[in-house]
Amino acid sequence: MPKVKVARKSTSIDMTAMCDVAFLLLTFFILTAKPRIEDPVPVDVPGSVKDIKLPEENIAVITVGEKKAFFSVEGNDVRKAVLEQMGGLYNIQFTPQEMNKFAALPVFGVPIQSLKQFLALDVEQRQRYPQPGIPRDSVSDELFNWIRESRKAVKALHNQEMRVSIKGDSKEEYPTIKDVIAILQRQKVNKFSLITSLRGASKD
Amino acid sequence: MAELDTSGGGGKKGGKVRSKKQSTRVDLTAMVDLAFLLITFFIMTTTLSKPKAMDVAMPDKDEKQDNQLDVAASRTMTLLLGKDNKLMWYIGEPGKTAPEVEGYGKKGLRQTLLDKSKEVQEKTGKFMFVIIKPSNKSVYKNMVDALDEIAITNIQSYGFAEILPVETKLLQEQGLY
Repeated sequence: MPKVKVARKSTSIDMTAMCDVAFLLLTFFILTAKPRIEDPVPVDVPGSVKDIKLPEENIAVITVGEKKAFFSVEGNDVRKAVLEQMGGLYNIQFTPQEMNKFAALPVFGVPIQSLKQFLALDVEQRQRYPQPGIPRDSVSDELFNWIRESRKAVKALHNQEMRVSIKGDSKEEYPTIKDVIAILQRQKVNKFSLITSLRGASKD
Repeated sequence: MAELDTSGGGGKKGGKVRSKKQSTRVDLTAMVDLAFLLITFFIMTTTLSKPKAMDVAMPDKDEKQDNQLDVAASRTMTLLLGKDNKLMWYIGEPGKTAPEVEGYGKKGLRQTLLDKSKEVQEKTGKFMFVIIKPSNKSVYKNMVDALDEIAITNIQSYGFAEILPVETKLLQEQGLY
């Protein structure tokens, strides 16, 4: 009896389809990924068990760290409008170029008087620039006005209420936070969010 | 690389020497590996780094005094946040009941909140009201932690208030200010 030879099958699998899928997903994730905004001061966000996601639009974040406050608001159109309104309020004329630069600026913490100078710097210089934080005193009232003008701009452009959230450093002493909350309460923003990172409930 | 030679070995002896046809297939394994590695990276960085928010409602400052809800002192628990991640709590009016010092976390504040809210519920038949009073020496994390414990223990009514000089003194006595 002749031996029956089993034909050896190739063990290689066609990877083309898998490769297609993988790259499709990869493209999707790259396109949807938002670049992480670099904090101007090191901020270690405290953990909590709350897991409500922060909205992506119509939101302003006040970053608090090292006794300084930084301001950022979502949306390029909103940022432009805010700068224009703030310029009007403090009698500073911003050029269209500066407006565009400001619209691309994720977070900042300089007094409005030195904002022009800050905008003139390029990205790398800006990172090294020692930002003093937005003045919170009641004389210039800058943080107050930034928040109020942003709320106005969001209302005008998107017809929605702007949410305010505070991103504070764990080690930040309470008086600074109290200042910021007092500023919010002065314009009747009594409901706001604190940004936290997720942590398990079982941990202490 | 990943392909096995299945051509069956040695050719026929003699005959014309034919140039072997080269396979046009490219091994994609490494490419797929890389793609999935990158996908994993992007999934991790996008969905996991999303910040979470904790909603806080503060009492309206301009509210008239007569509009305010009076809560019986017997079911009010006040938390005084001091320095070094320590806090103090008492039930009732300041100075009348001796405050107790405690830490945050599972064994400290959480247990106390659970015990006391049960106690108050049994005694008065009503829920407990918690007032958080952060002192100037406490840090932001303390405030978030206190809020967090309240959320974990499912206490529905709580509020923030300015710390009184009497209470600062209490903290000072315990070396927490």
